[in-house]
Amino acid sequence: MISVKTTVNGEERSADVEDRTLLVSYLREHLRLTGTHIGCDTSQCGACVVHVNGKAVKSCTMLAAQAEGCNITTVEGLADGDTLHPVQAAFREYHGLQCGFCTPGMIMSAVDLIRRIPDLDEPTIRQELEGNLCRCTGYQNIVKAIKSAAEQMAS
Amino acid sequence: MISKPNFTGIGAPIQRKEDKRFITGQGQYTDDIARPGQVYAAFVRSPVAHARIKEIDASAALELEGVLAVLTGAQLKEDGIAGLICGWTVQSKDGSDMIAGEHPALAVDKVRYVGDHVAVVIGTTNHIARQGAELVGVDYEELDPVVDLESVRGANPVHEEAANNVCFEWELGEKEPTDDAFGKADHVTKLDITNNRLIPNAMEPRAAIGEYNQAEDHYTLYTTSQNPHVARLVISAFVGLAPEHKLRVIAPDVGGGFGSKIFIYAEEVVCLWAAKKVGKPVKWTGERSEAFLADAHGRDHISSAELALDKDGKFLGLRVKTIANLGAYLSTFASAVPTYLYGTLLSGQYQIPAIYVEVDGVYTNTAPVDAYRGAGRPEATYLLERIVEKAARELSIDPADLRKRNFIDQFPYQTPVIMNYDVGDYHASLEEGLERIGYSDFETRKAQSEAAGKKRGIGFSTYIEACGIAPSAAVGSLGAGVGLWESAEVRVNPTGNVEVLTGCHSHGQGHETTFAQLVSHRFGIPIESVEIVHGDTDKVQFGMGTYGSRSGAVGMSAITVACDKVITKGKKIAAHLMEVPADSVDFEDGLFLGKDSNKSLAFGEIALAAYTAHGFPTDEIEPGLKESCFYDPSNFTFPAGCHICEVEIDPETGELDIAAFVAVDDFGTVINPMIVEGQVHGGLVQGIGQAILEGCTYDKESGQLVTGSFMDYTMPRADDVPSFDVGMTVTECPSNPVGMKGCGEAGAIGATPAVINAIINALGVDSIEMPATPERIWRAANGL
Repeated sequence: MISVKTTVNGEERSADVEDRTLLVSYLREHLRLTGTHIGCDTSQCGACVVHVNGKAVKSCTMLAAQAEGCNITTVEGLADGDTLHPVQAAFREYHGLQCGFCTPGMIMSAVDLIRRIPDLDEPTIRQELEGNLCRCTGYQNIVKAIKSAAEQMAS
Repeated sequence: MISKPNFTGIGAPIQRKEDKRFITGQGQYTDDIARPGQVYAAFVRSPVAHARIKEIDASAALELEGVLAVLTGAQLKEDGIAGLICGWTVQSKDGSDMIAGEHPALAVDKVRYVGDHVAVVIGTTNHIARQGAELVGVDYEELDPVVDLESVRGANPVHEEAANNVCFEWELGEKEPTDDAFGKADHVTKLDITNNRLIPNAMEPRAAIGEYNQAEDHYTLYTTSQNPHVARLVISAFVGLAPEHKLRVIAPDVGGGFGSKIFIYAEEVVCLWAAKKVGKPVKWTGERSEAFLADAHGRDHISSAELALDKDGKFLGLRVKTIANLGAYLSTFASAVPTYLYGTLLSGQYQIPAIYVEVDGVYTNTAPVDAYRGAGRPEATYLLERIVEKAARELSIDPADLRKRNFIDQFPYQTPVIMNYDVGDYHASLEEGLERIGYSDFETRKAQSEAAGKKRGIGFSTYIEACGIAPSAAVGSLGAGVGLWESAEVRVNPTGNVEVLTGCHSHGQGHETTFAQLVSHRFGIPIESVEIVHGDTDKVQFGMGTYGSRSGAVGMSAITVACDKVITKGKKIAAHLMEVPADSVDFEDGLFLGKDSNKSLAFGEIALAAYTAHGFPTDEIEPGLKESCFYDPSNFTFPAGCHICEVEIDPETGELDIAAFVAVDDFGTVINPMIVEGQVHGGLVQGIGQAILEGCTYDKESGQLVTGSFMDYTMPRADDVPSFDVGMTVTECPSNPVGMKGCGEAGAIGATPAVINAIINALGVDSIEMPATPERIWRAANGL
């Protein structure tokens, strides 16, 4: 067992976990932040994307121990109180989610994508979403939501 | 009404009520639930496709610290827990019932597919349970597996009861008149066709928590289900685990289903049973690999079809022979999918005077096969739309024109295969599709592609489906073990807000919004005043769940009838309060109006009056304002439409670009166009996925699943698919009070043949197998 201390959504958190614990399990099971989801076991689906020190990371590919001392943002920490992050609001406005299971990972990837690449066009968004699977929406409204949020955040 | 500001009723594309919790990470899926003191289940799964179990050695697992129990099928049997059942009895041509092999939740003597459940290990943590499962030693006596659909007869029987591995030999339609039609034909088009096997892959893997309260002798199951009441019924009445009133089933937020979460699975039964055994809540969360192995798969047909035509291209008859893979066990509705959900749709949108279809449902050593988005209807549509397109090619008739010559244009229309189509306008959706895709300019675009060294093709699919599943007596006469009505309860609170309890279950469809839109519209109250409750057998009286695009046509009809009952009672109360005759109260826009008087009372005022019960005789009118309905549909509904796909292929690489895709659908009344379009988009991508990306493959010798992860099974990604042009034409459904037909499956039904027809058209070949990967396209393009 090891003790892992992190800052999650602005709060200092710590938990004693087995050495082999993945970051996603640390968040879900030990900190009970269940907004981050597990959709596969091969790091393909992206349902578990969180931000570690400001960068999008699939939290199933990282040990909790590797996150020691890191600043982590999960989907629960994205909104500012009652004010949704523009990406969250755009997903709702453009119907970019159906069952909602891939949504936290999609949103966290999208926030990172908008930060990394200015002037996003549709082909770029589609290409950049390669690491996030959605089975419900057919992606069209996710793409629209990200494009709209990107434009709004740039203005 | 749509133009009214802030309008939230029928037809308004409003944002979803349920979204806030999903976009902020507050959804509560089964795996998000932690019960006090819960322990964890891990399944020992068969690594081989077909074997006798000689011995199970649990000793090493039991020595591992934290392992609480290792439970096997023998113990399950000792405890008197029966196997899983198939809820639809199909009869063979000779009148005999299908042969349903035993389906124990944990294998007893034999394993029948890779992933079959051999034992369960209960551990104090998930890691320990899984480690324990690795330590269980199983001695298998391997048997040759049956994998290849065409050689099941004579192979080792999967079930001793079904010696030839044949579950049923079913037929529909009349053979002789169909043969006669072929005798008179000027042209016969023949097609051998495979409908590739698919793995549903809802993004949320299945999960279950079983809980047992010894003091109350009561069980609770949290599960990823599309139909919690059906799960409770099966687990009570057939598996015999607990009486129905001692079992509560909760399906909380569910992360997609597409059919795969209709079925009652071994893991649900085992978690409940184990919870009593170990005296703690038992949680199982499936890994994606387990989903690949042991969720029910979809499709998997091979067929030969023949279409008879006269000299003018009019269809005279259709003959189809299909072998349908049922997998190793009959899943909950497996027998209905390749029969009554398939053969009955073979008339499509066309007048075909004679149809005869034979389907052999066969067992193989593969995962069970059951309903997957569309369920039987995609298989029928793919076959029919491919053969119609082939006939057009052979007769050098424009494929749109051949369809127009044969469209049904008089309603109601009785097909030779049970269905009675109530309404539709197939010409309208085709014409709009042609307009949107720019059919008249296709040759220009094709020439431009050719100039760039590319091949361009266009493909059509004018599909029909039967939804609103289903009139109970009708499905009962065809073998269904259940009625397929839906229930609703509308509770008006004293303060005028409303709770609606529905037997449908939302796992992405947006019922919390659309059902509330309906009620808000009906009662003239704000949508914020309506709450939709579903997914809990302790709250909702009963329900048949969500599948077969039934929640709108059947579930919302039930709500409508219950709302009307509320209004009827409200009028009686209002008459007393306003002191006007009972038959002189109207209800409009949230107001009870006294005819020929200037009196009116708001919906909220009547609600309060119903509960105070001061102003009306309670020996005549009961206090309170709550009504319910069990709504049984009088017919199926028949959504239909036209999908057109245009592709551009690079013959040098086999690379495919879906240059344009138009979907024009007729779903009847639309409650929320934004949600309906979203349903279409998602369905289209699943249909396109089947056409060009997805294909479940088992090794034919060993029965090993070759495509067992997202690295091996190609799921559609954002850059595999285009944005779609979605249009709608509307003919209102006459058989239900909302006029709805259903929209959930259309995309997955219509898209697949449109894509393949477009590829075939581009390459000038006769056929291509699905998924049409770049390699297959390249081979076809180069005559290899």
